[in-house]
Amino acid sequence: MITYDVAVIGGGIVGSAIARLLGGADLSVALLEARGDVGDGTSKANTAILHTGFDAKPGTLESRLVARGYHLLGEYAAATGIPVERTGALLVAWSQEQLDALPGLRDKAARNSYTACEIVDAAEVYRRVPALGAGALGGLTVPGESVICTWTTNLALATDAVNRGVRLLRHHRVTAVHQDADVTRLTTTAGEVTARWVVNAAGLGADRLDALFGHDRFTVTPRRGELLVYDKLARPLAPCIVLPVPSSAGKGVLVSPTIYGNVMVGPTAEDLTDRTATGTSETGLAFLREKAATLMPALTKEEVTATYAGLRASIGRDDYLIDLDAGQRYLLVGGIRSTGLTAGMAIAEHVAELLGGHLDLARRAGLPAPPRMPNLGEAFTRPYQDAAAIAADPEYGRVVCFCERVTRGELRDALASPVPPADLEGLRRRTRAMNGRCQGFYCGARVREIFEGEKE
Amino acid sequence: MTERVRVAVIGGGPAGLTAAAALAPSVAGDVLVLERETETGGIPRHSDHPGYGMRDLRRFMSGPEYARRLTRSAREAGALLETEAMVTGWAGPRTLEVTSPRGRRLVEADAVVLATGARERPRPARFIAGDRPDGVYTTGQLQNLVHLHHREVGRRAVIVGAELVSWSAVLTLHEAGCRTVLMTSEYDKPEAYTAFRVPGRLAFSVLVRARTRVVAIHGKGRVTSVDIENLDTGQRHRVPCDTVITTGDWIPDHELARSGGLDLDEGTRGPRVDTSLATSVPGVFAAGNLLHPVDTADVAALDGRHVAAAVLGHLAGEPAPGGGGVPLVAEAPLRWVAPQLVRPGGPPPSRGKLLLWSDAFRTLPRVTATQDGRVLGRTRLPWPAAPGRVFRVPFSLVAGADPAGGPVRLTLA
Ligand SMILES: Cc1cc2nc3c(=O)[nH]c(=O)nc-3n(C[C@H](O)[C@H](O)[C@H](O)COP(=O)(O)OP(=O)(O)OC[C@H]3O[C@@H](n4cnc5c(N)ncnc54)[C@H](O)[C@@H]3O)c2cc1C
Ligand SMILES: Cc1cc2nc3c(=O)[nH]c(=O)nc-3n(C[C@H](O)[C@H](O)[C@H](O)COP(=O)(O)OP(=O)(O)OC[C@H]3O[C@@H](n4cnc5c(N)ncnc54)[C@H](O)[C@@H]3O)c2cc1C
Repeated sequence: MITYDVAVIGGGIVGSAIARLLGGADLSVALLEARGDVGDGTSKANTAILHTGFDAKPGTLESRLVARGYHLLGEYAAATGIPVERTGALLVAWSQEQLDALPGLRDKAARNSYTACEIVDAAEVYRRVPALGAGALGGLTVPGESVICTWTTNLALATDAVNRGVRLLRHHRVTAVHQDADVTRLTTTAGEVTARWVVNAAGLGADRLDALFGHDRFTVTPRRGELLVYDKLARPLAPCIVLPVPSSAGKGVLVSPTIYGNVMVGPTAEDLTDRTATGTSETGLAFLREKAATLMPALTKEEVTATYAGLRASIGRDDYLIDLDAGQRYLLVGGIRSTGLTAGMAIAEHVAELLGGHLDLARRAGLPAPPRMPNLGEAFTRPYQDAAAIAADPEYGRVVCFCERVTRGELRDALASPVPPADLEGLRRRTRAMNGRCQGFYCGARVREIFEGEKE
Repeated sequence: MTERVRVAVIGGGPAGLTAAAALAPSVAGDVLVLERETETGGIPRHSDHPGYGMRDLRRFMSGPEYARRLTRSAREAGALLETEAMVTGWAGPRTLEVTSPRGRRLVEADAVVLATGARERPRPARFIAGDRPDGVYTTGQLQNLVHLHHREVGRRAVIVGAELVSWSAVLTLHEAGCRTVLMTSEYDKPEAYTAFRVPGRLAFSVLVRARTRVVAIHGKGRVTSVDIENLDTGQRHRVPCDTVITTGDWIPDHELARSGGLDLDEGTRGPRVDTSLATSVPGVFAAGNLLHPVDTADVAALDGRHVAAAVLGHLAGEPAPGGGGVPLVAEAPLRWVAPQLVRPGGPPPSRGKLLLWSDAFRTLPRVTATQDGRVLGRTRLPWPAAPGRVFRVPFSLVAGADPAGGPVRLTLA
């Protein structure tokens, strides 16, 4: 059995970014994921905003890594085709108190090295977002905030890692840890994996894994965030991200366009105990409907096409918890709560810096080019619109999912990709199939047939 | 690449196929039906039970048989039927963007008929909370799975809704070896309960709970149960099941109608049409369940026959109806009326009937039409009006409207 130089545990955005970066050095790396697919945890269910970090707590590691991640991921997205829409955001004040808070927020942004914010009056707020509900008193612009595809981000990083020779081990849940003098043996649900170094990027499971290494330093509290997704026909209502003034309770409920051309309202913030509680709640949905009705009354006339919930790995402190234990050859990446999509690549860079003193991380020659990812972004040309692509391959003209206009060719490509989906949900995240307003009324049966047919 | 045709029909369901069959013999030039599925026929293709063709073909047949028959008629009439051809948008007032395996192209038509149908609202649109397990389907998806793809479903189903279509789901589940343990309806009386008649009737009984709502779905991989709530008492309990079918609660497939800038009706959410089925955009017409979500397939088909006259008039250079006309307004508990506009000199609507949808149950419904405070007409129907299915009143009720007067209001007592 091979002993890896590094085992990275957790195939979310953070673990995938770390595995990808380490895979660029002359090291043998394994990426262990408990589930059947990468990106099936918190990284699949967030608000998918590429944050500038304007509202981070200045001076924290998070502040630095979000700002750095914003640029790293932006560049990586351009290189790989991860769709990003530079919509910008408008933070809206609804009370005098909130209005008074705007200058402070602008100064805080500056302390986070983000200087592009501007305070605007109510007229300008409504000029930018005419569909906004009544009562806005003013706003703060954050031109850099952008929307991105979280699914493609995770998949690109994992695919890149695999292309660089990282061994992706799915269905490998780590259940026990044995540390010998110079290797660590990980007991998993699919056999033992040994590695000299271990990186814990297990998201919601990071504290439990940390305990398996004998530590007792933090507890993850799953903080549920529920979201409503409105039909694409509502998209013109939300030309940019509309943010609330943050409070002690968190970032608050925002209205945002999605990269798939929908409008999203959420998230809620509710501390739970069950780390698998990714279901939605009646109270959450009712609260969001009410919020939507006040923030953007025209939304009440639009259809909701999806509701979902994600769990933030909250650890009761205002910063990431990234810590190297050289004696144990073990590195913890914990508490990547609500900014990990943006910061993931910068976290990986930071991890590499910490490991650099112990491992030779020099970039190896002859690395493969980053993968070109299929475009799921509504603002960019998709295969069904691409006359040349269809002429070259008629399967790109064969629309299977009508609402999202996903073609047979795209389904085929996803199923044949280096990191293929494990189930229909995985196929949905790779193609948008069944993600639309009919939720499978027309295409559900056919997509299932294609999935099972190609898997054989 | 732009292709020119005389008439483009979007959607090859009962309405589109029948419109094409009616138009093709009288139109010099191509009548092209664009259908995104691999087969024409629309919803009846997978609705494999009898109940089709009564009013239009004076026959009683199964959905798939009906779909084949309408397809044959359209083809024999000389219409061009193109499948796997999806209209994705507009490049001009009557120019369509079309994607098919044969390429991406524009189709420019002198007249366009929208016949894109309607679909059932899926679970998220109904705000049913809980997990997102496998085993939650609309009737459309269920019938696709069972009839077209010969799939297994579960063993114990809960059906959300008790409309006509819900009983169609019961039949399909039964055929697939799945028992319906419960049907829920938020209304005081199950919508279609008293009205449901199929030959031989159902040989099995289904428990229907009125004033009941499914509030949550549970299950990690597969559905394990639902929580239901009595709307009057607030009492809740859990019903074990492995399948949930969300039925009815229709919404027109109005994407093209919206993106084409057509005036929409707030009630039907489909395009607003006059009695000839002309929309607010000259040369663009509509037919079928896009206009009245939802009536039976034969009524959709007869719309298709009806719309032909207006299309031919437009092709012959008759001027577009332009503005004017008296709007029809459905007052609560009526949700909508179709068509919505009576123009001076316009024809009576398809089958001489106005279609209405009620959100309340009335055993002996009385419908009254008033204009500017004046009663235009009253009618009493011998059968009930129930949520979940269309009921129809004679057009004569509003025929006497003053073309220069205000909107005609329709009320239900
Ligand atoms: C509602 C919400 C909104 C958000 N919005 C944004 C946003 O707009 N922008 C932004 O940048 N961030 C946002 N975030 C935060 C972002 O989603 C997370 O920070 C990020 O996804 C964390 O990635 P991760 O890789 O750490 O965790 P995960 O994606 O959860 O990955 C951890 C993985 O580890 C696996 N695992 C756990 N235990 C084990 C084990 N014992 N063995 C093997 N594998 C294991 C899990 O299966 C999982 O796949 C949001 C989060 C939420 C919940
Ligand atoms: C489960 C179920 C059971 C039913 N049972 C009965 C019954 O027993 N008897 C009865 O009379 N009626 C029944 N009905 C109702 C009947 O099916 C409908 O009334 C009828 O299909 C409506 O016809 P239509 O042409 O308006 O729409 P549809 O049949 O929905 O056809 C619309 C067509 O347009 C196509 N289309 C849509 N958009 C595009 C686009 N952009 N480009 C290309 N093509 C497009 C669609 O693919 C579809 O084929 C049932 C319906 C359901 C769901």
